[in-house]
Amino acid sequence: MTRTLISDRALNTPRGRVIYWTVLVTVIALFTAIFVFPLYWMATGAMKSSGELARTPPTLFPRHPHPGVYGDAWRRLYLGRFLLNTLEYAAGAWLLQLAVCVPAAYALSKLRPLLGRAVLGMMLATLMIPSTVLLVPLYLTVRDVPILHVNLLNTPFAIWLPAAANAFSVFLLKRFFDSIPGELLEAAAIDGASSWRILWSIVLPISRPIIAVVSIFAVVGVWKDFVWPLLVLPDGNKMTVSVAISSLSEQTPQNILIAALVIAGIPAVAVFLVFQRHIMAGLTAGGLKG
Amino acid sequence: MTTTILKKATSRRSTSHPAGPRRAGSRHALRRGLSAYGFLCGALICFAVFSWYPIVREALLGFQRTNFVGRSEWVGLDNFHRVAGDPAFGKAWLNTLEFTGLALLCGYVLPFVTAIVLNELRHARAYLRFVVYLPVMLPPAVAVLLFKWFYDPGPGLFNQLLHLAHLPGLNWLDSTSTALLSLVIVSTWMNMGSGTLIYLAALQSVRSELYEAAELDGAGLLRRIRHVTIPQTRLILLVMLLLQVIATMQVFVEPYLLTGGGPQDATVSVVYLMYLYAFRFNSYGGGSALGLMLMVVLMVFSAAYLRVTRDGGR
Repeated sequence: MTRTLISDRALNTPRGRVIYWTVLVTVIALFTAIFVFPLYWMATGAMKSSGELARTPPTLFPRHPHPGVYGDAWRRLYLGRFLLNTLEYAAGAWLLQLAVCVPAAYALSKLRPLLGRAVLGMMLATLMIPSTVLLVPLYLTVRDVPILHVNLLNTPFAIWLPAAANAFSVFLLKRFFDSIPGELLEAAAIDGASSWRILWSIVLPISRPIIAVVSIFAVVGVWKDFVWPLLVLPDGNKMTVSVAISSLSEQTPQNILIAALVIAGIPAVAVFLVFQRHIMAGLTAGGLKG
Repeated sequence: MTTTILKKATSRRSTSHPAGPRRAGSRHALRRGLSAYGFLCGALICFAVFSWYPIVREALLGFQRTNFVGRSEWVGLDNFHRVAGDPAFGKAWLNTLEFTGLALLCGYVLPFVTAIVLNELRHARAYLRFVVYLPVMLPPAVAVLLFKWFYDPGPGLFNQLLHLAHLPGLNWLDSTSTALLSLVIVSTWMNMGSGTLIYLAALQSVRSELYEAAELDGAGLLRRIRHVTIPQTRLILLVMLLLQVIATMQVFVEPYLLTGGGPQDATVSVVYLMYLYAFRFNSYGGGSALGLMLMVVLMVFSAAYLRVTRDGGR
């Protein structure tokens, strides 16, 4: 039995038990007040009328709940379209990032070409540059892509392509591929499998855990991002849900705005409920152990 | 079956690879190299266009005047002089430092203390972990706009709570003395979950014998924290410190959505000023000059981060 800072022995004394339960109840109450209550306040605030919202002291429960406000917000702010946009950006960024980073990490880990170490070094070096510093040059690049001279503003590619160049994903994937024994892959090569075949049929099935982590980072990253879509998707029909709500926040009645915030928050909370274990595992995988 | 294949593979590798015929080996290596670059080409193109090129371009932009009509021209240090002469420049750096300092005070210490407490609890752990991470999942714009409503001096939640406690209300975002603090509060609320869970994972790897031994030596609770918990999680504490400095120095969403830099430039951050120069004043050079300055400052921290994580892995 492992122990922590305080031993079970100390906790089982009468005094220890009293302190433990006091602390436990306090912590639960505090956490609920700090992290859950604001969300409750948001969900119920949306259902109050403008008059009730402006009242002091405020009401803990809506006097006459108007759940219809959610429908109003959905229609007036075109939330369906913006949520769909955001989903499209996140899904595309996720697929493209996997399609680009997985083969790259596999090549750097297992095929080890000439200059492979230099390429990896140059990729990892980009992690040294803070992302916001590159906003200006990246914006100019997306606006006029070198050589091709196409303008990607207001297209999903403005989100997808920069998201594909993710050094952290390459790093996480390569580190995992390094741990796959080379003998396993060479055995398949002797049986006549091509490198693509090996990647697809052997490496990918083993690598499911790390691919889950990279996928979560990719999707959550695009979903939460604000500055980049603000800059490259200024068109009122192309915005992400975050950018759309914030740009409309000034001319929207308070209760409709709050309802919109609730709706925009629901997908994230739903994803968290479903993938909670993966997300928390990814957090520690990405954190350290380099 | 599998073992024989493995053996065959290893034996073949040991005979043909290092000592095999040279010509066949080099042809094999060439083919292998070509196919490897086939796997790499997507990443090379994406990194070249959307990562390496912008990095080089950032370094150039700071010393150029750029517009979309004519060609860029070299202007030496003009952009830097212009930006540094802006009255908001000094303010932006001071605000950013103050924000980082306050955010560390709350957002660095608080998650660690929370994690230590959570690690001692034997009940409701799943609930507490879930709840503390919930705000992290919300899109930052949602969390920030929610708090904008809470900060409303009239019917906003915070002033109502203060009234409930018979305290005078605050002007939160509209007063130079509380605006920056208000940004720190939102930032801490929506970010502390990830730190808490990372520390919690680190605390679970602290070996119980150490606590046992410390207790036998008569170390009380605080001394056990000081002499066991903190030294044992030293590495992750350092890494999180560096990461947090890097992240908070780039604060943008909070001032952009809550205050627009006001009141009286009290919440202008360096990145916000960079945004204003590049995308409001149409001075890509000015924005890039600010970006370069921030990069130089943050490179110190990111270099330290890379060093620490690499050494930590060995």
